[in-house]
Amino acid sequence: MTDLYHSQRSMRALRRAALQRGVVAVLDIGSSKIACLVLRFEGPDVGAANAPLAGQSSFRVIGAATTRSRGVRFGEIEAMGETERAIRTAVQGAQKMAGLRVDHVIACFSGARPRSYGLAGEVALGEGPVSERDIARVLAACDLPDFGPGREVLHAQPVNFALDHRSGLGDPRGQIGNRLAVDMHLLTVETAAVEHLLHAVRRCDLDLAGLASSAYAAGLASLVEDEQELGAACIDMGGGATGLSIFLKKHMIYADAVRMGGDHVTADIARGLQVSAATAERIKTFYGGVVATGMDDREMVEIGADTGDWDKDRRKVSRAELIGIMRPRVEEILEEVRARLEAAGFESLPGQQVVLTGGASLIPGLDGLAARILGQQVRLGRPMRVQGLPQAATGAGFAAAVGLALFAAHPQDECWDFEMPAERYPARSLRRAVKWFRENW
Amino acid sequence: MQPLGPEDGAGRRDPAPSRIEYRLNRLWLTPAVRVAVRLGLPVLAVAGLLALWLGDADRRSDLFDRYLDLRREIEERPEFLVSALAVDGASPEVAQAIREMMPVNLPISSFHLDLDALRAVVADLDAVASAEVRVRPGGILQVRVTERVPAAILQRAGRLDLVDRGGHRVATLTERAARADLPVIAGDGAETAVDEALALAAAAGPVQDRLRGFVRVGERRWDVVFDRDQRILLPEDGAVAALERAVALDLAADLLARDVAVVDLRMAGRPTLRLTADALEEYRQIKGLSTEVSGQ
Repeated sequence: MTDLYHSQRSMRALRRAALQRGVVAVLDIGSSKIACLVLRFEGPDVGAANAPLAGQSSFRVIGAATTRSRGVRFGEIEAMGETERAIRTAVQGAQKMAGLRVDHVIACFSGARPRSYGLAGEVALGEGPVSERDIARVLAACDLPDFGPGREVLHAQPVNFALDHRSGLGDPRGQIGNRLAVDMHLLTVETAAVEHLLHAVRRCDLDLAGLASSAYAAGLASLVEDEQELGAACIDMGGGATGLSIFLKKHMIYADAVRMGGDHVTADIARGLQVSAATAERIKTFYGGVVATGMDDREMVEIGADTGDWDKDRRKVSRAELIGIMRPRVEEILEEVRARLEAAGFESLPGQQVVLTGGASLIPGLDGLAARILGQQVRLGRPMRVQGLPQAATGAGFAAAVGLALFAAHPQDECWDFEMPAERYPARSLRRAVKWFRENW
Repeated sequence: MQPLGPEDGAGRRDPAPSRIEYRLNRLWLTPAVRVAVRLGLPVLAVAGLLALWLGDADRRSDLFDRYLDLRREIEERPEFLVSALAVDGASPEVAQAIREMMPVNLPISSFHLDLDALRAVVADLDAVASAEVRVRPGGILQVRVTERVPAAILQRAGRLDLVDRGGHRVATLTERAARADLPVIAGDGAETAVDEALALAAAAGPVQDRLRGFVRVGERRWDVVFDRDQRILLPEDGAVAALERAVALDLAADLLARDVAVVDLRMAGRPTLRLTADALEEYRQIKGLSTEVSGQ
């Protein structure tokens, strides 16, 4: 963990440097599109905790570009060169719009099989109020689960502090007690995916100043404040993967991903109707749906092809048929999501709100279908409005990108924000030695 | 029909920028590079071309010659030519002197005239109190002069000089009779108190015909000198009043017509007369004080 601790700390330092310079880019590497936003931080309250409206007023989007993703499957980088080119396209477009060059990017991705762990730690406190060192000690005291080789920690956020018998503290600093306990949410992902992403970003001459799970970012952007407080699940339906994150008391307490998404629906249409993937995508976006009505039997959709065979090129299907192809796959995704939510114990939360976001959530009638599967409290979420965001980038598909911008403006405390006590020992012992010398000579 | 050309698939251009293109783009977006290319490069190019062109000595001298030619051409235009000298406010002698002294050869371009220097030259003349020199439209060099007004005649080292009220020399006088209207003053520091001397001269009106002049004594007070070597010694303060008293005494008692050498009024409370030697002898005989009888 120390290796990652150091790399995460250096990323945090880079992010701080970028905020100081005032310009940082966020990069959402998805399976169907790659979006890049260039943010300019302005005003004296850069990163201030008490800024209004969740802090999004302290920055402004000055550049935005989207490009079709290449070489990404299931939210993971599969073809390095292709992905690198796509990142270059997006970054260059955003830079051009912003009129300045960016050196630091904060990236998010949806795949890499995220897995959540709940950790608990407890230490006895010494004299005086709880200090930052005590928090670092209690964070270090959490027993790390064995998450297996080839996995790395992406997020490690303290979500709850308890002081003696009082629980539910957000910030125990300055309070007095005998025993400090912490609950930490740990999210691990596959190391290989992170390394590929690092490599691709580095090949574009950019410095990675932060890394986040896109399920987390989408939750930040599309859940409103009371949903985050009372408990809600955000389901980010992307192209290759569907991420889900559960929020409680404004902290993410669970995140997971289903390796299915809108691309699978497109692939089903392409196979079922025997058309190219591009045509299937077009048909899906124009005529797609998940709830068939009687009207849909009569509405015929032309599915062109350019084989040269007149009969094949002039085929038509009814919209009901199209819905018949799409619905099982969407149901399958939602069933899988429900299974993950059940495994996470979503039923026991005080709030049961489910928010659907992401590009695939734009299928008409999805909220009705999701209400049948996931429970009654389902709504479609769009990302929060932030200053300067182009109209084209305000749709549900940009929830992760916008969330990442909010994440950049308001980084959550993570375990590597605190000085690990192990690091303090050498300095302290040296100081003790110096003191001993001074006293005895 | 299937399209024939390699329009899609492998033939289509990759929309992504190449690595080089991307790096150049980023370089171009760097502010320092932008400024250097947009501003530094043109400046450098122009400076380089200029240096290259001026590197040849012939071209340089040619350029310089052309510049001089152009300059001379402009200077010699008739609009800038000054061809006449006009002197205002000066007596004919002074005007003549100014014309002779003027260190310029007309006609001359007004670019070559140093008006301040000319003004200094004119103002250096003793007879000139102040001067103003300017070029009037029409190519006329206008000298406006205010002359000094002679107020007294200063006798110094056997020479007679005309001086104005401030004591500044105006001209040399060849003979006293030429300016019989002006009083003569003499003595060290006489030129610093011309005003007082003039007041004394005015006060001495009734005895004007016998007045020779005023002598400054010890740079502090005046003696009034009459013919027959008679003198009135005036005090430092209230000299005019003392002289008026002496004149009144003369009018009443014919003081100056008598055989008096010196009337000493230096002490206001104690005016003193000094008689000539003959008068003194006479006085003693009259008083019967003399031990010897004169003429016997």
